[in-house]
Amino acid sequence: MPNDPKYFGEGLPYLKPFKNKGKLITIEGTDGTGRSTQVDLLKEWLEVQGYAVVETGWTRSNLMHKSIEMAKSGNMMDRMTFTLLYATDFADRLESQILPALKSGHIVLADRYIFTAFVRDSVRRADPKWIRNLFGFALVPDLVLYLKIDMETLIPRVIESGGMNYWEAGMDLHMGQDLFDSFVNYQSALVNEYEKLAKEYSFEVIDACKGVEDIRDKIREKVKDILGKPKK
Amino acid sequence: MPLFDKKHDAPGKLIIVEGIDGSGKSTQIALLEKWLESQGYSVFFTEWNSSELVRETTKEGKKKNLLTPTTFSLLHATDFADRLNYQIIPPLKAGMIVLADRYAYTAFARDVVRGVHPQWVRSLYNFAIKPDLSFYFRVPIQAACDRILTSRAQIKFYEAGMDLGLSPDIRESFKIFQSKILEQYEKMIHEYNLVPIDATLEIHEQQEVVRDKVKEVLKGYLKKRTIYAKRPKVFWRRFTVS
Repeated sequence: MPNDPKYFGEGLPYLKPFKNKGKLITIEGTDGTGRSTQVDLLKEWLEVQGYAVVETGWTRSNLMHKSIEMAKSGNMMDRMTFTLLYATDFADRLESQILPALKSGHIVLADRYIFTAFVRDSVRRADPKWIRNLFGFALVPDLVLYLKIDMETLIPRVIESGGMNYWEAGMDLHMGQDLFDSFVNYQSALVNEYEKLAKEYSFEVIDACKGVEDIRDKIREKVKDILGKPKK
Repeated sequence: MPLFDKKHDAPGKLIIVEGIDGSGKSTQIALLEKWLESQGYSVFFTEWNSSELVRETTKEGKKKNLLTPTTFSLLHATDFADRLNYQIIPPLKAGMIVLADRYAYTAFARDVVRGVHPQWVRSLYNFAIKPDLSFYFRVPIQAACDRILTSRAQIKFYEAGMDLGLSPDIRESFKIFQSKILEQYEKMIHEYNLVPIDATLEIHEQQEVVRDKVKEVLKGYLKKRTIYAKRPKVFWRRFTVS
């Protein structure tokens, strides 16, 4: 059913009124929880059922990727600047990918959403009110799937799949003696923040310590709930 | 909580100028810098939308008209955050006088005219510090238009607010857009204690008023002159051109 778009805050006051005919499904979780695998599986499954799907991912806007790459490689920015870069990227994707897709009745799968910015900023002790206002232009998703993981499961997965990198380990925060300690402390802090958000924003929590198929099936159940009757 | 009201406690002073395009504010701040340096003060100059981090992105976004009111606003806020961190706070902590050509008020005026929510953009800049002195160069719209339209070969797309579809004629659009910005500035005079300067006066007359105000703000401020102060090139380029 088409409905009026709902925003977290002030929204985008300059847009002409429109109806949202699609669904916005977002997947959150720390690095190594298998988000992108699940997005692929879900996309495939939805398309087989006849739904048109558009995928969007964090920092993937055409407008901003150059500035973000430059910032990451230079390692020279403060938290505020970083957050604003990501917010700009998100705004660009919202207006150029997400909203047009929803208007035309697509299902949008977002690999990470504004909650990623919330947790990363909380860990860096930012003012939670400021960032919530900043992302007040964001559309409220129809479903937030949160892939929850514990450190015992996460660490071997990350090491097997190519190792820990500077940003995933939160090295800018100096949370540990070495890369490994820093990674563990940083990722645990992120999981803690996600826990708080899960309550505040009613995430659907999915146990990501399980196998790929188990997670996939759980996700399908949740998605079925918001889609209503399957199209045949 | 009042928005955008954070006083800094650094030993330096932050002085900024605002006004629409063609109000003559850049000429005035250049003359102010010249005078302060001649008085033995150590001065640092910073300019709106000049950080390297987003320069390419902004340029490309503008060239291809990819920017929406929200991304336009956020890109400028990113630029500002980067400059605050690198160009404004360090010289203030070092006890210098920082002169800024345009400040957050530019965003409050322009972005609101573009259609973002006034409260949203004000809280967006809540991380910024309040200047010690903010000049607003007040000019009637016709005078500003005459200056810009005669002095420059071409008005740029976003400068004229062409993204808003105010008029298909770029000159006409420029005029409507700048008038709306002017309205926003007028509202901010009281909101943020901007010091209005009559920008229709002769250049040297305006500068006299400006220097008197600056003297008041600098009472009790100890001047510090560094042995070697590198002056940003951009200032001299602008100064000699105008």
